[in-house]
Amino acid sequence: MKELVIISGKGGTGKTSLTAAFCHLAKQAVFADCDVDAADLHLILNPDIRRSETFVSGHEARIRPQDCTGCGTCRELCAFEAVAPATAPEGREIFHIDPFACEGCKVCVQFCPQQAIDFSPAECGQWYRSETRFGSMVHARLHIGAENSGKLVSLVREQARLVAQEQAANWLLVDGPPGIGCPVIASITGATAVLIVTEPTLSGQHDFERVAQLCRHFGIPAFLCVNKWDINPEQSETLSRCATENDVTVLGRIPYDPVFTTAQLQVQAVTEYAANETAKAIRQLWRQLQQQLASQPDQGKRPKGD
Amino acid sequence: MVQTDPFVLAVASGKGGTGKTTLSVALAQVAGAPLYDCDVEEPNAHLFVRPQWQDKQDVTRRVPLIETELCTGCGACTELCQFNALIIVGHKAMVFEELCHSCGGCRRVCPTQAIHETDVTIGSVSLGLSAKLTLVQGCMAIGQVMAPPLIRATRNYHHNVPPAKLAILDCPPGTSCPMITAVRGSDFVLLVTEPTPFGLNDLQLAVETVRQLQLPFAVAINRADSGDRRVHDYCQREGIEVVIEIPELRHVAEAYSRGETLLEALPQQRQLLQNWLHQLCPGGLA
Repeated sequence: MKELVIISGKGGTGKTSLTAAFCHLAKQAVFADCDVDAADLHLILNPDIRRSETFVSGHEARIRPQDCTGCGTCRELCAFEAVAPATAPEGREIFHIDPFACEGCKVCVQFCPQQAIDFSPAECGQWYRSETRFGSMVHARLHIGAENSGKLVSLVREQARLVAQEQAANWLLVDGPPGIGCPVIASITGATAVLIVTEPTLSGQHDFERVAQLCRHFGIPAFLCVNKWDINPEQSETLSRCATENDVTVLGRIPYDPVFTTAQLQVQAVTEYAANETAKAIRQLWRQLQQQLASQPDQGKRPKGD
Repeated sequence: MVQTDPFVLAVASGKGGTGKTTLSVALAQVAGAPLYDCDVEEPNAHLFVRPQWQDKQDVTRRVPLIETELCTGCGACTELCQFNALIIVGHKAMVFEELCHSCGGCRRVCPTQAIHETDVTIGSVSLGLSAKLTLVQGCMAIGQVMAPPLIRATRNYHHNVPPAKLAILDCPPGTSCPMITAVRGSDFVLLVTEPTPFGLNDLQLAVETVRQLQLPFAVAINRADSGDRRVHDYCQREGIEVVIEIPELRHVAEAYSRGETLLEALPQQRQLLQNWLHQLCPGGLA
């Protein structure tokens, strides 16, 4: 089984639309949406959820107002600006913890002289195993403002790998998150290869360089696809040169085409909806990826996530 | 907070690539307000502002450093640490820096004072000036995982930033800790989206987020005439004001690709942005 992670650095470059097209084109594949913070792949794959599980990770501190004396030790010790003044029902000045800022470190719980702070397991989200018209899918939804997105990403990948093993699948296709931080690192470590989808803009170029460096930092083979290449052919050339300098193999380019939006409105992958030049370019890109990855070793061990 | 309490306008979105940076730069230009680029994983505002960098400060966070002679391997630190950043190996504590959240708990709980703290660099905050704009930029170092401390440092940077009544924050995408850290404590949030199913889905998540944070907000729709009307309908249903609409034009996309600003590509937007800012924060325009 080969695990291909599709990322972009910059958002809005067509990463999820391309992933959906690969899901359509790949034979014997399992899919994972690791953009757990703003997941969109399900809007094209229209999954039928077969199993839904709560993701519990870490703890959340909560001050019991009746036991808080307002001494302020918690506020002084909190490294996350999570403790704010509050008023108890009977009018005393006390403190409360903002769940959006609390990282669950337990320092306030440990050092509260009144032991007035509860510390209960935090429900951070939900993950799903689903069936789609193209194959099985694992996806998730992180609760608003929840911590541990990296751990949820690792969980989604791990579950998707199990499904892929059960089905003896050839491919695990992963829609990754934007950026270069914790969820991205959790998405790409241990993968067979990464496809970076970018656009020929100064922002696209800048973000591509950072994400390419990240792939090199973790020693993961990386490929580049330039989407909307014709909005700035010169910048597309610069991107390709820059890719070569960063040990990233340039695979394909796709024109600027409203069909990305039209297909999305029809709940279809671009290659499912259209047979035009853009769809052909995507099919060509998928063939190239298959050839390139044929020489990479199959996935053995599970990825290690933090 | 940023400076002596200017009105802070956070420009955010669920979905990436909807035009947050484009709008942030345009709003800062129109208002003559300092711009804080809090999208520290991929800071892009500088590509449009093209500032002269004046100052750059490394941002560090504190991680434990074990004085092995004093460590008895009692395990108080590993028991407290919620992030598995410490383990006991051969009766001595050992640190995994990349897992540490810098809470300082292990140092406080250690009965033999064997834990000190040392700084690791997670990125930098820079101050840049162009002819008309002040830009404060946070930039995360490659391979670092934790954006929130750097976002806080960016928001709190005020050294040599001229006093202003309004400040614009360009926020990271999504709805998890980086986005929350950036928008928390701002006075108003402008959520940028596009009229597509992806745009709508991620806008709904972002709306839920800012509602839970109890922040006042409005929506800007970029490429407003592409896609369909579902985003407009949703906003109407939910009573959310759509304050800015930017049309879908190939020449705007091309101008953006070259690093030209929205106001250069669509000068007629200036008056619209100015009117809205004037309503939002009377007296905020320089």
